[in-house]
Amino acid sequence: MNTLAIVLIDGIGFASWLFLVSAGITFIFGVLRILNVAHGAVYSIGAYLGATFVLKLLPAAAPGWLAFPALFAAALVVGATLGPVIERLFLRRIYGEEEVIGLLTTFALFLVLEDLMKLIWGIQPYIVDKPFRLLGKIDIAGIAFAGYPILLTGVAVLSGIALWVVMHRTRFGRDVTCVICEREMAHALGINVPRIDMLAFSLGSFFAALGGAFTAPMTSVEPGAGIEVIVLAFAVVGIGGLGSIGGAALGCIIVGIARAAAVHLFPEIELFIVYALMVGVLLWRPQGLFGAIELRRI
Amino acid sequence: MKALIAAALVLLAAAPPFMSDWLVFLLSISIAKGMVVLGVTMLLRGGLISFGHALYYAAGAYVVGFAGNRFGIGDAAITLPLAALGCALLGAAVGLLLMRFRGIYFAMLSLAFSMILYTVLLKFYNFSGGTDGIGVRYFSVFGLRPPQESLRLAQYYLTLALGFGMLYTGTRFFASPLGALMQAVRYNEIRVEYLGASVSRAILASYVLSATVSGVGGALAAYLVGHVSPQLAYWTSSGDFVFVAVLGGTGSVFAPFAGSVAFEFIKNYAVKLSPETWQLTLGVVLLLIIFFLPQGLWSLAARLRERHE
Repeated sequence: MNTLAIVLIDGIGFASWLFLVSAGITFIFGVLRILNVAHGAVYSIGAYLGATFVLKLLPAAAPGWLAFPALFAAALVVGATLGPVIERLFLRRIYGEEEVIGLLTTFALFLVLEDLMKLIWGIQPYIVDKPFRLLGKIDIAGIAFAGYPILLTGVAVLSGIALWVVMHRTRFGRDVTCVICEREMAHALGINVPRIDMLAFSLGSFFAALGGAFTAPMTSVEPGAGIEVIVLAFAVVGIGGLGSIGGAALGCIIVGIARAAAVHLFPEIELFIVYALMVGVLLWRPQGLFGAIELRRI
Repeated sequence: MKALIAAALVLLAAAPPFMSDWLVFLLSISIAKGMVVLGVTMLLRGGLISFGHALYYAAGAYVVGFAGNRFGIGDAAITLPLAALGCALLGAAVGLLLMRFRGIYFAMLSLAFSMILYTVLLKFYNFSGGTDGIGVRYFSVFGLRPPQESLRLAQYYLTLALGFGMLYTGTRFFASPLGALMQAVRYNEIRVEYLGASVSRAILASYVLSATVSGVGGALAAYLVGHVSPQLAYWTSSGDFVFVAVLGGTGSVFAPFAGSVAFEFIKNYAVKLSPETWQLTLGVVLLLIIFFLPQGLWSLAARLRERHE
């Protein structure tokens, strides 16, 4: 009973973290048809900028809760600056090319951004555990859990809801859906497709940065954090089906709980289970759980 | 052009005794990795991007590691065929699962397979030595053990000889009906099926060949570096192989090796000149190639030839 509760709560915490990263990847793929490897680097930049905002911008005497808006602001800044720059300067040139080109271009951007981060923030780890300590411990079913991952779950759920509202209840969302379904027709109907591309990429990048910024208080922020994140997120979006946000959410819960279960029951297979699940799901459903089946061209 | 290639090959065979040890090592490892890149290129011909070829690189290397460490077999005449056979079998098993997939899903699933090997090597300490990896100390060919001072050179010539073998294999593959079929698969696989050829069989056969070639490269790298670790199977290592395949270009069987040599030298000098920003240099080079030289470095040579004629 106790183990089950621990696995579930740990799993959901892990799933929330995964969702913030994978929602952006799958959203960007849905609109631009590019599997964005640079997403991991954007995640790290979010973490670094979040740490910088909390450590440098906030006065030492400021109340602790101000850290949370600071982290959020960092993610906004990253999404609003880096997103348009990457999309306008690099991705715009490769739309409609083969998938390998998209994969390679973003891989190159990933390498560049990883080193730029080292130049800007150095290689010393940053520690921003104040927000983590602020939330302390919470007692669930007689077991003490750290409060912070529960906040992270809240952030992930709110992000998911916000994304749903944007996609289904706003003009922008309708335009994006239109571009996803039929790019050329969207053009003809007077939708500013290049603008939608840029905004969609920036929104996706914002989610990556948000994931990074809110993860910063849980770990130390150091070079290379984005490298592991990106393959885990690939596993999640592969399981869920590329381009499907609902699929990504389900993929996160599956992967999160499976990994938490492995950590508590068979620690050796902790990472193995993630990729084994991905292979299993893809062999069973080649387009992922919610992926659209692509028509074959003649 | 042909004269230029011949001159380069002669130079590769004759010059190393007069080069410094690290240069010989750099050339050797470039050729060994070039084999994996050749494997990636074979699949790229069919429009398939394998973002997980580190799987065979690592598998080949660990065959050498295990053979030496567990069974006391350090002779390359035994371990290299063993690595080739092992990777062929692994390639057949993985290829059977992969041949249904195309495009981005092919890339992601091959990535998943290499990450599975990575996690197994990383976590099952008793079996693989975990992050410590396994040392490869003993090296001999047909029982002949080169003296310590000429070890690098002996390994180089073994690598070079096998590199020539792979060049031959690659040339034969690209000229074969199978190679031609792969190119047709890239353009339109449904038409290929209507013409009566089996697309999945062509992909499977190419995949097994590609895995075998890559496995030999991995086994050689294990001897050259003298150590194997799970990092060989990590996704960034797969990324590098695809990177080099694009850097070199898919137009010729020489391109993967030329690309590999160029990559190792760029990387080495970039690390030397600015240890903080070598990835930045690599990334910028890759971006420049993608945007301005989409056919790879080798297309420069082809352009040169056209102007010549």
